[in-house]
Amino acid sequence: MIKTDILIIGAGPTGLFTVFEAGLLKLRCHLIDALPQPGGQCSEIYPKKPIYDIPGFPEVLAGQLTDNLLEQGKQFEPGFTLGERAETIEKLDDGTFIVTTNKGTKHHAPVVAIAGGLGSFEPRKPKLEHIEKFEDKGIAYFIKNPELYRNKRVVIAGGGDSALDWSIYLADIASEVTLIHRRNEFRGALDSVDKVQELKQANKINLITPAEVIALNGNNNLESITVKTENDNLDIETDYFLPLFGLSPKLGPIANWGLEIEKNAIKVNNALDYQTNIPGIFAIGDVNTYPGKLKLILCGFHEATIMCQAAYKIINPGKKYVLKYTTVSGIDGFDGSRKEAPKAVVKAIQ
Amino acid sequence: MSDIKLKITDRDGNTHQVDAPTDMAMNLMEVIRAFELAPEGTIGICGGMAMCASCQCYITSNHELTPMDDEEEAMLSEAFDVKDNSRLSCQIPITTDLDGLELEIAPES
Repeated sequence: MIKTDILIIGAGPTGLFTVFEAGLLKLRCHLIDALPQPGGQCSEIYPKKPIYDIPGFPEVLAGQLTDNLLEQGKQFEPGFTLGERAETIEKLDDGTFIVTTNKGTKHHAPVVAIAGGLGSFEPRKPKLEHIEKFEDKGIAYFIKNPELYRNKRVVIAGGGDSALDWSIYLADIASEVTLIHRRNEFRGALDSVDKVQELKQANKINLITPAEVIALNGNNNLESITVKTENDNLDIETDYFLPLFGLSPKLGPIANWGLEIEKNAIKVNNALDYQTNIPGIFAIGDVNTYPGKLKLILCGFHEATIMCQAAYKIINPGKKYVLKYTTVSGIDGFDGSRKEAPKAVVKAIQ
Repeated sequence: MSDIKLKITDRDGNTHQVDAPTDMAMNLMEVIRAFELAPEGTIGICGGMAMCASCQCYITSNHELTPMDDEEEAMLSEAFDVKDNSRLSCQIPITTDLDGLELEIAPES
């Protein structure tokens, strides 16, 4: 059982900044995220795109913002459960919570902060008959362990960065890589496109475009796929089929936690502390709604800061505290590090 | 500048006539959101960067639209339920030329 002070669901910018604000109050955080890396949409959807409305940063790339937030919170030693989706929540008699993921990992905390953005990212599945029957029996939407594909035949479908990047990566591991896309053009980093071109010429990637997978064949396990090309239909024998058509966020299991939901978001008390209808559970960032709500990263930062003050009062009932400026108090990390403003020089002039 | 009239059919098949401002640098996806014609969180997920296809729509009138750029075309080539008249509504700016435009919001995927 993982124990922490504030259990944060969602490791996007709002969740990551919560680690910092909580740390100033000597509260520890642990984050759960369905994606395999922190950053949420910033790292999953648009890491290379600039953001212009982060206060103090005239321009920052979304991926860089994620890295900065991780760096800013690092001395508060956050824990991470990545690649797992928060599935169920149980409120114990003492008012604390146990959150269990889809993989069965249990987390225990007195305060839960849902910073889930638009929800957990679920793969977009192509509409193919029997696709669910072959899931984990030849079909996968994420590549968690590339070694699984060593010396196997792999077919990848998709036209974006992940289809390109994994085709390149698996070209060295799999016995055969086939990349299928509906068009001849790919949407991705130029060097990835060039690399696939190179690997195609070297016969390390079998490229089939414009084409579409139209059927999946096999008994228990996937054995082959049928591909419709411009001229005819091909059957390709394969061990794995990886449809990489991106991810789409779904509020998912959180919708069944007894929280008040409005417009696919969690209603909170914005006049006070962003608490939900269940005391001890807060919702911050894009996942919440209240009159006047703006879905902006900078608003998520504000909400996280207010929420941490409320969490402190729940975790340390009656214990006095007064807000301090980091410039004055410095930062004492849980790792023993200390950051502080240099002292002013006091020296007599002769 | 004046407003234009649009006819938008939502995912339940109900058609709404709306007035959209032409002077706020809005796009079609933002108009759909402003009038709450698709639930929040199911449209414009990437915010309008042509990176998610959640705002796909079918244009059913004969208006001349801004041509598709490479990013939109590439995204649509990965989307589901794509038809010949599919567009990403986030890539269509609201201008006076669009007065009377009719469209249907594509299914959620």
